[in-house]
Amino acid sequence: MPRDITLGQYFPGQTVVHRLDPRVKLVLMIVYISALFVAKGLAGYIIMIAVLTSCLALSRLKLRTALRGLRGIVIIIALTAILNIFLTGETVLLKFWVFTITKEGLIAGAAMAGRLIMLIVGSFLLTYTTSPIALTDGLEKLLGPLKKIRAPIHELALMMSIALRFIPTLMEETNKIISAQKARGADFETGGLLKRAKAIIPIVIPLFISAFRRADELAVAMESRCYHGGEGRTRMKPLKTAGRDYAALACGACVLAAVIVLEALKVWPLI
Amino acid sequence: MTTETNTPLIRTEKLTHTYSAGTPFERVAVCDIDFEAAKGECIGIIGHTGSGKSTFIQHLNGLLKPTSGRVFFDGRELYETKGYAREVRFKVGLVFQYPEYQLFESSLYDDIAFGPKNMGLKEAEIRDRVHEAAGFALLEEELLSKSPFELSGGQKRRAAIAGVIAMRPEVLILDEPTAGLDPRGRDEIIANILSYKEARGATVIMVTHNMEEIARTVERIVLFEDGAVAMDGTPASVFSRSEELEAMGLTAPVAALVARRLRALGVPLDDGVYTIPQLKSALVALMDTSGGLACPEI
Ligand SMILES: Nc1ncnc2c1ncn2[C@@H]1O[C@H](COP(=O)(O)OP(=O)(O)OP(=O)(O)O)[C@@H](O)[C@H]1O
Ligand SMILES: [Mg+2]
Repeated sequence: MPRDITLGQYFPGQTVVHRLDPRVKLVLMIVYISALFVAKGLAGYIIMIAVLTSCLALSRLKLRTALRGLRGIVIIIALTAILNIFLTGETVLLKFWVFTITKEGLIAGAAMAGRLIMLIVGSFLLTYTTSPIALTDGLEKLLGPLKKIRAPIHELALMMSIALRFIPTLMEETNKIISAQKARGADFETGGLLKRAKAIIPIVIPLFISAFRRADELAVAMESRCYHGGEGRTRMKPLKTAGRDYAALACGACVLAAVIVLEALKVWPLI
Repeated sequence: MTTETNTPLIRTEKLTHTYSAGTPFERVAVCDIDFEAAKGECIGIIGHTGSGKSTFIQHLNGLLKPTSGRVFFDGRELYETKGYAREVRFKVGLVFQYPEYQLFESSLYDDIAFGPKNMGLKEAEIRDRVHEAAGFALLEEELLSKSPFELSGGQKRRAAIAGVIAMRPEVLILDEPTAGLDPRGRDEIIANILSYKEARGATVIMVTHNMEEIARTVERIVLFEDGAVAMDGTPASVFSRSEELEAMGLTAPVAALVARRLRALGVPLDDGVYTIPQLKSALVALMDTSGGLACPEI
């Protein structure tokens, strides 16, 4: 059931990675993604793998849990890898029918798959160690300067945190409604496409009604506590940076610099 | 139908359920429950929040599958033959907490007819059942053509219960059927349930937090504590242990508490007093025999 969705799930913890400032983690994420796309040679890849595995180790995230997050996109990764295999290169290794497999193609495919996997595992690590609320807070703060040009950053952040907050609630509600309709003999497992499509009506309608009811109640609750937008709003738990945050940023900068230099010098190119 | 009169209609054997097994959120909700309910019984299930009551009752009609242990209906194991669990779903009607949130049809009639339709009944039979169920739930005929969302809270609740009653279940299970209603709404719901029970000889199992209500309605109480059955017996026997109930975060009905205080003051009251009428007649009887309560402290 929906409870098993791991992509984007937060597991509370007390590790260094958990305690980093969400703003720092977001910046590091951008640094990590940039480095990942700069890295083309073997040296770059080795550095990125080392960075990722040490972050995983620091956050005590089990590799198995991290890989479970990949389940949903295995097909996309495989497809990208296969396309790369067939579309690049000249040193022919194998030829059959209309397909030619080249050495460069194989390497490019593997490298692309590796890059995608590292990208997904990296972002999984971010959501695994950062609560959604902290994440939106960090995002709001980071994008704060854009408020000067009247971008509705606070509103967007609020929308995002409300949406994130209500995902589990709505999932629980969906499960409850499914059970209740099953108790009245509703059948979601058998029948053709049309019958199954019809079978979700008894779930969707109560779900919508309750979502609107909740939205209404939330709006009233917020207004009755004098919510009036982001203007002049202070925080109960202001974000504070600590020594570890600066250390993490320095490490991130070093990794990015190292990868750029190695690529510029073309150390151990893959192709 | 039941082959022997003493075969329980519903039976569970070492029923255990673990939520999210194998994840960091793993939680054993009920553990090793042995439970029996005979035909025509009226059972109340009590226990503090999170004690596993809702989890337990969802096993009785096959909505949840036990992690280990077995569930029997009419002497047959629910998962022994394929499709039996679904068959049982129609015989064991389960009304969830806040059932009004499951209404979805454009008219009350259609909503009540949802269960019977899923049973594959004929149009005429469905019509009969909808009207009968609306009758038990005291919903007037003219309401049937209205949208269920136009009804009042109490009416919605009764409509949702009617939706289950329309399947004519042999066992009617209700999870906190009166939660969030005013006293009058509560009395109406209880009356609806009892009239269905009388008319059909059905077994009723009711989860509730309201002790006064349970004292008035049921003939047997099963008390859940941390996923296990801590007490099982007549209301008199359960409510006579009011100190233990308090230790579990529950209270006995007011009449039982008053009787306890009076006993402590030396009034010779019986252990089995737990409703106001019982208390009243016991006190009146005492006054008649001794010509007044011989108790100076009062
Ligand atoms: N879908 C679920 N997933 C995981 N855990 C659950 C789920 N439903 C219930 N639980 C847990 O199982 C335990 C028993 O819950 P249950 O709902 O059966 O209690 P209850 O006795 O009905 O409580 P209440 O009186 O509040 O309705 C609780 O600790 C609850 O957190
Ligand atoms: Mg419950």
